[in-house]
Amino acid sequence: MNASVVIHWTDVGPAEEVQPQSARRVETDLGAVAVFRTVSDEYFAIFDRCPHKHGPLSEGIVHGKAVACPLHNWSISLETGEAMGADAGKGCTPTVPLMIENGRILLGLNI
Amino acid sequence: MTKEKIVVIGAGMAGGRIVEEILKRDDTRFDISIIGAESLPTYDRIQLSPVLAGEKSFEQIVTHSQEWYDSNGVKTHFGYWVQSIDTKGKFVVLHDGQTIAYDKLILAMGSDPIRLPLPGADLHGVVAFRDLHDVDAMQKAAAQGGEAVVIGGGLLGLEAAYGLAKRGMKATVIHLVDVLMERQLDEAAGRLLEKALLERGVTSVLNAQSEAILGETHVEGLKLKDGRVIPASLLVMAVGIRPHVEPAKSSGLKVERGIVVDDQMRTSDPDIFAIGECAQHRGQCYGLVAPIWEMCRTVADVLTETRPDSEYHGSSLATRLKVSGVDLYSAGQFSGGEGYEDVVFRDPSRGVYKRLVIKQNKLAGCVLFGEATDGGWYFDLMKKGEDIGDIRDTLIFGQAVTNALAGQDPSDAVAAWPDDTEVCGCNGVSKGQVVASIQAGNDNLDKVRGHCKASASCGSCTGIVESLLKCTLGDAFKAQTGPKPICKCTEHGHAVVRRAIVEQEIKTMPDVMQALKWSTPDGCSSCRPALNYYLLCAWPREYKDDPRSRFVNERNHANIQKDGTYSVVPRMWGGLTSAKELRAIADVVDKYDVPMVKVTGGQRLDLFGIKKQDLPAVWADLNAAGMVSGHAYAKALRTVKTCVGSEWCRFGTQDSTGLGVKLEQATWGSYMPHKFKMAVSGCPRNCAEATIKDFGVVCVDSGYELHVGGNAGIHVRVTDLLTKVATEEEALEWSMAFVQLYREDAWYLERTAPWIERVGLQFVKDGLAEPDVRAALVARFLESQAVFQVDPWAEIAPRSEPAKVFSPLADLRAGISQSHLQEPAE
Ligand code: SRM
Ligand SMILES: Cc1cc2nc3c(=O)[nH]c(=O)nc-3n(C[C@H](O)[C@H](O)[C@H](O)COP(=O)(O)OP(=O)(O)OC[C@H]3O[C@@H](n4cnc5c(N)ncnc54)[C@H](O)[C@@H]3O)c2cc1C
Ligand code: SF4
Ligand code: FES
Repeated sequence: MNASVVIHWTDVGPAEEVQPQSARRVETDLGAVAVFRTVSDEYFAIFDRCPHKHGPLSEGIVHGKAVACPLHNWSISLETGEAMGADAGKGCTPTVPLMIENGRILLGLNI
Repeated sequence: MTKEKIVVIGAGMAGGRIVEEILKRDDTRFDISIIGAESLPTYDRIQLSPVLAGEKSFEQIVTHSQEWYDSNGVKTHFGYWVQSIDTKGKFVVLHDGQTIAYDKLILAMGSDPIRLPLPGADLHGVVAFRDLHDVDAMQKAAAQGGEAVVIGGGLLGLEAAYGLAKRGMKATVIHLVDVLMERQLDEAAGRLLEKALLERGVTSVLNAQSEAILGETHVEGLKLKDGRVIPASLLVMAVGIRPHVEPAKSSGLKVERGIVVDDQMRTSDPDIFAIGECAQHRGQCYGLVAPIWEMCRTVADVLTETRPDSEYHGSSLATRLKVSGVDLYSAGQFSGGEGYEDVVFRDPSRGVYKRLVIKQNKLAGCVLFGEATDGGWYFDLMKKGEDIGDIRDTLIFGQAVTNALAGQDPSDAVAAWPDDTEVCGCNGVSKGQVVASIQAGNDNLDKVRGHCKASASCGSCTGIVESLLKCTLGDAFKAQTGPKPICKCTEHGHAVVRRAIVEQEIKTMPDVMQALKWSTPDGCSSCRPALNYYLLCAWPREYKDDPRSRFVNERNHANIQKDGTYSVVPRMWGGLTSAKELRAIADVVDKYDVPMVKVTGGQRLDLFGIKKQDLPAVWADLNAAGMVSGHAYAKALRTVKTCVGSEWCRFGTQDSTGLGVKLEQATWGSYMPHKFKMAVSGCPRNCAEATIKDFGVVCVDSGYELHVGGNAGIHVRVTDLLTKVATEEEALEWSMAFVQLYREDAWYLERTAPWIERVGLQFVKDGLAEPDVRAALVARFLESQAVFQVDPWAEIAPRSEPAKVFSPLADLRAGISQSHLQEPAE
């Protein structure tokens, strides 16, 4: 049996506002969310809080499907929010459902 | 039928390992129990040092967890200690009275730290360094800061002191004799070690005898015999260990220094074995782990009858110090004596010292400092007793050189080893296991370490593991060697990449990655900033700077703080300011609620705690008063410190302030491999500290002394004198030429000090000696300045397009701007 889950999709702006290999911040009542766009134009959203010491991930260097935290250079997967490489298994940042519809970014924030 | 009962006393490194070795050979025959006094599962005790230094967590060093024991059907009694052994009735009695019967008993009780019976030894704050409790106690003390004294300058004491210094304490080591680690090091290496430790915040006091520990209830200091008092809120005793022999002794087993065993590790009672530090074998008690693995193999062979006549014949030992950045290795005999010959190699500029001790064409010992990668190779030659007559001339230069000169590939020798040759002593990994791990797809050092643990502890066998990688993978691995690659995305080092950019005229980042076969789609946070710099240095006009390949500070033109706010430092030319500038700064502080303003070490003002979205407005206000970015965040020209000079000072010989301003105006805005600092002092009293700057000018009556390559950071380096010139114009010309040479030659993130150490001062002198070469460098510098000498702050006016990214994309906190409702598909 599947409980029927209702996702509230929230429009946070035009997709082209986020440049490739970079991120923009979205403030929410649950804390800031970082919306990323990779070099191959994939979009991801995760909370803007590094699992290490809460560095703002939206300010990191985006490479592949990962971001390097600006404070101490942990590498965080944009797909899973998990710390990768040498710091794998040490922490995880919650991900946020995202879709692009008609050139707009929608976040599944459930608020 | 009931199973044979094995009971192990002690769940330390030997206890955990013997259980594992027995199960490896036979996992059905025995009913095994293990009793450990620490209320913890088995952990890698040698890794307590990195735990203390904050380089590892406890979880990372557990070798045999509770789950591991449970899933292997081993009964555990952690937090219990064995009070007595009844050798007739064959049972042990635990401290709470419970008894456990055995058929075979294994003693693995380790040793106890020796506590000096000094007055005050029972005060709070006096600890040993043996188990996790000690580490906890030290960490708690270190959290309060202050001073720590460590008694004992052996391996353990130094690792304790280093760990405490790394945690922020001022650490002093008190050592009885005049050489640190004198059991492993000769005097020369001991001195180098002393210096290396000092650089890491550990002071050594040698030839010092402790008299009393001072304090009322808690330790306050240590008094030495010569009357000196060293204040301390923590005192660590690391003066040695004593085999833990109870309850073996009281139950009548033969005990001397340790529990006496034969070559099968059997005690005077044939059903009782002893292994690890508590055992005394052929008169010897060991204090390192390597012998333990061999002892465990023997006992497991005997008990499971896989090789009933297996014997242990003693071990030779090697030591490696686990202090980050200090390469130190010692093995065998090094004190020399009759019949022994020495081969010594020194390179003071690199801090390298190597000494080999040879007896009758065999290697008898070695001490390596500063470059210890060949330790494992020497140790192996020593253990095997190989004749080194043929390679004696080149031996000191290490395995690679020796084999290359002998026309042999270093990995060939390793390739010929039998599969059961032990490669990693710390983790007991054989050559066969390493090769299997490589064949299972672990194709680099990190992966092999993660998979089979070889070379993951002390690292002394790294070279051998690399050779195995090489001979197992062939060309696939060769490609990984050569100069150190920039990062994991490429096999090329900085020099190759730079040369390719210039010679092949590559002008975009994707083209570099394409041409040099990057293994990732868009690089990583290590290579992208380097490539961005190399490209903009080579092609200032054609290449377009890529902010997305810059570290956050250089992208946001301010320094990020740990809470995500920023600090802002406007430029103050040569340290000068004015009422107008100060007033504008004061207004910014009021207007944007700046929580802190600080005078920096670089003679200017730093405004802390500014929110990202306020940055463009803050800059605009500062710009309006004529101030520009101080680039306090960039790999670029930072500050030019000056003193008052001849304008006011009674000793001043030239206008140092004026020259400082000119230097700063000429060079600000130029991006460099790393940050770049200058200073001008008006006379040799050197109040502007010019001799620890990247480029420093010291004014004298007859002109200007130009100094380069100073650094006051992590490793202090005093400048080298580059040249002396007579006029300000020449000083300016030389400064720009030097900057450009550095920009074009150094690797990204290499400051002038390490750069000059690498290329040599003569290279710099030669590169700047010819007037027309100098002029060409200046011309290229000015060409670049024409593009880059712009104030980044001024380019990001509030509400302009570039300022947009300084504010959030959306702010949902006030309410949701727009929302769609969607039912998920069934
Ligand atoms: C603000 C200041 C401390 C102060 O309050 O005085 C400072 C603050 C920082 N220094 Fe510094 N350094 C400051 C003067 C110095 C000095 C003294 C000097 O310049 O005369 C030194 C030693 C001199 C030298 O560089 O040789 C110094 C050696 C370092 C180092 C070690 C560099 C090295 O080569 O070993 C680092 C780390 C690094 O750059 O990788 C560093 C890094 C930092 C960083 C950037 C750490 C960081 O990454 O966040 C700090 C930024 C704080 C901020 O948000 O502004 N800071 N730093 C000083 C700013 C001067 C200025 O006006 O721009
Ligand atoms: C900080 C530190 C760094 C080190 N670094 C290195 C290094 O770099 N290289 C190296 O080779 N070696 C190093 N060593 C030494 C190495 O850790 C020891 O040689 C090794 O742990 C000895 O193993 P063991 O099993 O004999 O003793 P331990 O590991 O000490 O285990 C003995 C266990 O038995 C328990 N026990 C004792 N009596 C009883 C009893 N009656 N009942 C129940 N349990 C009992 C103890 O509580 C202890 O847990 C280091 C040691 C320390 C403390
Ligand atoms: S010394 Fe420099 S880097 Fe260290 S805390 Fe102070 S400002 Fe930060
Ligand atoms: S806060 Fe992200 S790496 Fe430390």
